[in-house]
Amino acid sequence: MLVTHARQLTFAHLWLAFLAFAVALVLGVWQMWARSPLPAPFVTASTYFSAVTAHGTAMAYVMPVFMIMGFGYYVAETALDRPLPAPRWAWSAFALGLAGALMATVTIFSGRAAVLFTFYPPLTASVFFYLGLVMVVAASWIWCVLMMVAMAQWKRANPGRPVPLAMFATVANAVMWLWTTIGVAAELLFQVIPAALGLKAQLDVGLSRTLFSWTLHAIVYFWLIPSYIAFYTMVPQAAGGRLYSDTMGRLTFILFLIYSLPVGLHHLLMDPQQSNAFKFLQVALTALVSVPTLLTVFTIGASLEIAGRLRGGRGLLGWIGALPWDRPLVLATGLAFLMLGFGGFGGLVNMSYGMNAMVHNTSWVTAHFHLIFGGTVVIMYFAIAYAIWPAVTGRAAPSLAAQRLQLWLWFAGMLVMTLPWHYLGLLGQWRRVATFNYADPIIAGWGPWVVVSLIGGVILLGSGLLFVLNLLQFNVSREPHAAAPGELYASAVHPPARVPAALNGFRLWNALVLVLMILAYGYPIAQFFVGDSPQALVHRVDERR
Amino acid sequence: MPISEEIIVRSELRWAAISVGVVSVIMIALIYAGLVHHINPPSNIERIDPKTLHLGGEFTEANLGTRVSGDGQVTSRIVATQFTFQPRCVVLPANRRVTLRFATPDVIHGILVSGTNVNTMIVPGYVSQVHTVFTRTGDLLMPCHEYCGLGHSEMSATVRVVPPDEFKPDAEGRVACDAR
Repeated sequence: MLVTHARQLTFAHLWLAFLAFAVALVLGVWQMWARSPLPAPFVTASTYFSAVTAHGTAMAYVMPVFMIMGFGYYVAETALDRPLPAPRWAWSAFALGLAGALMATVTIFSGRAAVLFTFYPPLTASVFFYLGLVMVVAASWIWCVLMMVAMAQWKRANPGRPVPLAMFATVANAVMWLWTTIGVAAELLFQVIPAALGLKAQLDVGLSRTLFSWTLHAIVYFWLIPSYIAFYTMVPQAAGGRLYSDTMGRLTFILFLIYSLPVGLHHLLMDPQQSNAFKFLQVALTALVSVPTLLTVFTIGASLEIAGRLRGGRGLLGWIGALPWDRPLVLATGLAFLMLGFGGFGGLVNMSYGMNAMVHNTSWVTAHFHLIFGGTVVIMYFAIAYAIWPAVTGRAAPSLAAQRLQLWLWFAGMLVMTLPWHYLGLLGQWRRVATFNYADPIIAGWGPWVVVSLIGGVILLGSGLLFVLNLLQFNVSREPHAAAPGELYASAVHPPARVPAALNGFRLWNALVLVLMILAYGYPIAQFFVGDSPQALVHRVDERR
Repeated sequence: MPISEEIIVRSELRWAAISVGVVSVIMIALIYAGLVHHINPPSNIERIDPKTLHLGGEFTEANLGTRVSGDGQVTSRIVATQFTFQPRCVVLPANRRVTLRFATPDVIHGILVSGTNVNTMIVPGYVSQVHTVFTRTGDLLMPCHEYCGLGHSEMSATVRVVPPDEFKPDAEGRVACDAR
């Protein structure tokens, strides 16, 4: 079932997400150009760092929030097969988020918010930048509540039956996102916004960094979960097989909810305000968050093997070749897994406690999260959009070949861009500067690799624009789309008739998250309220001299 | 080709055990590196008031740069500030344990030293401390690697690593780049 509201909501949210994405893509390529030995136009410190702020804000907040909201509305109606509760609230949330995104964008491009998307207090931008972001987050909170209400209504109407996995996972993400945003909300509401309004002349930077770290890792899993929803619920169907295990899917999403939160201190390994004891504790928990990903690789691999063998694949690896790689969702999954392999390895290095000193704040880290988020996650966003667009627009896909080309270009561009970045990071190339002094003998040797990565960026830009074009093609397509939207979802080899209450809701897991967060973040935050925690003077970046 | 539920559960459990095993091996390696090779993050938690650090104590101007104490310990004290380091160049001996201490009076900064594993954030309110042994001589780059404002890209310093026999402290135990 896909009634008008969810259809239009999904359409509006995804388009907004992809427009923000397209703008950010152009800015990203220009930033790489500025950092390269090739002469780039318009480069000043102010334009560069405003562009970086816009790129990060669009890619980390606006694009994923709207993508996830839009996809969530789609899943809520199609997986639960009932109309969305309170569509008026959903539209209000959209308007609120859109207004916030516009407000933040205007503030950034007026040059009054060059603080990057990670804020760095005591640097303080115009208050309209932060308020815009608060509105985007508030919009996503409304979405979270709507998702939980939709699941609760379905459960009341279907007592004892297991919630469809796609919706269970969507609500897991909503619940996790509510926990995730507590950190950044506390930082903004109690520290940064009062400073931006001039109510506070100084603030505790150790505290603000710790609060932001609360959000900074789990947000990555918020971005990631839609891709995992596609892996578990859409990909086995697209490949012509079955999901190997529905229970493993539920466990994976529960593990993400639990372990993506109490791990943020691994972003502060090189910080002086946290002790080794808590850094080590959270590194250990970080190691555990690799478990759900390892489980997923196995379960999805097994599901694809079923599909390959059903299609006549024989032998140990023959099923791989028998898979329908011409279908965008299957192709994207293969490419996503390859990037997850590289990116996951880099991530293990990042989280490895003392070893982090080798790579912290070098291009290695930039490479890592572009490969995981820009690569694995975003290529699945493309595939999800391609998969649901026929149901959303009511028209069949005009050209699968153009979709496949776009996915291949994205994969190639991502590798050409990020593999040199990893290498440059090991050589010591540091992050977040507008330009390098290529006259320096140490830096001169980096030049050719920076140019190679820029070529990767140009390929990505081409792929991104082709993606937008491919979506627009649906509008000119005349062939109506016939299949029911629910047919997108795979059933399990053994569909569960009943599942334990713990695998059908989140009450128990919320309690566990609370315990883990108190354990992992209780003292690291409380220490700033004990004794004389030093305060730093606010430094405004929005005052014209 | 129906697979029985029992086989599925058993294979998933076997894989889960392998996954936990892999994670355990990584954690054991980290614990070993931390305890045996002392590879730990810089985490001394030493508070210092950013508003007054230039007025008295360790990070006053006269006290900055490299100094060898009476018991032979080599320490460099450096202030990171928008958008420069004070001093902009420090001399340190190769093949000898040295300590770098950083503080800032204004905003967040961070440093790495090119070609080494020296890396730390510099957060207003705290002294950041790194112990290391430089094994190669020459001028190494020490840029600010954390965004600190519009002048961030120009914020850089030099670490001059000299052979031990060229490392000659003056009567007060100081060694400076321009004095050489």
